Amino acid sequence: MQVTVKYFASLRDKMGRDEQEVTLTMPSATVADLRQHLASALEFPDNTLVAVNMEYSDDTKVLKDGDEVAFFPPVTGG
Amino acid sequence: MRVVVQEAPFDPWQELVAHEKACLPHGKTGGSVSFVGTMRDFNDGQEVSAMRLEHYPGMTEKHIQRVCEEAAQRWEINDALVVHRYGELQPGEPIVLVVVWSAHRANAFDACRYIINYLKERAPFWKCETTRTGQSHWVEHNTEDPGVVRVDPSIPKTA
Repeated sequence: MQVTVKYFASLRDKMGRDEQEVTLTMPSATVADLRQHLASALEFPDNTLVAVNMEYSDDTKVLKDGDEVAFFPPVTGG
Repeated sequence: MRVVVQEAPFDPWQELVAHEKACLPHGKTGGSVSFVGTMRDFNDGQEVSAMRLEHYPGMTEKHIQRVCEEAAQRWEINDALVVHRYGELQPGEPIVLVVVWSAHRANAFDACRYIINYLKERAPFWKCETTRTGQSHWVEHNTEDPGVVRVDPSIPKTA
């Protein structure tokens, strides 16, 4: 399956890009699997948040083809 | 309910009046409560000369809208308006406006407080500050406000 991965704020600066397409071959891949797949590029800080299709999510979330997965630091709006 | 996330500066009072005229039935609302968040020229003991506010388009609007709907389920309100900036900001400029209209003030105060508190907690925005020395850094967390009263969004309102 293919997912779109987005990075925001300090995480985007660390990754050197704001978006990438990632192909995962394992069946029922989760956010944790995706993080492991990306770990070669970066160790995410412990306080990293994740959203799948614009909903807050966590490592146990099972992904499906076409999902948009965003990683970002704690939010500081308002 | 209206949620606007925009790059352009805005005048909070003009936004309030324009929305009231366009969306509120004349004479049916008892009042409005508003909160305006303004950019400070200091943070964590440093002088701040400018700020860039980044957001996640789509997710930001969705989560602010949801917070407004939660507030409307919990309190009897007529309407709510949220305007939030992104992009380059200067000290003294409004960052966010929250307005709640209701027949009675208590509901408007409570709903307005709820919306700004949960907007700060959930809406995906990130501040990047530039200090007087010209250095830029990402703000790691919002300053804790000792007066914040937590209301659990999962608990429905009492009758």
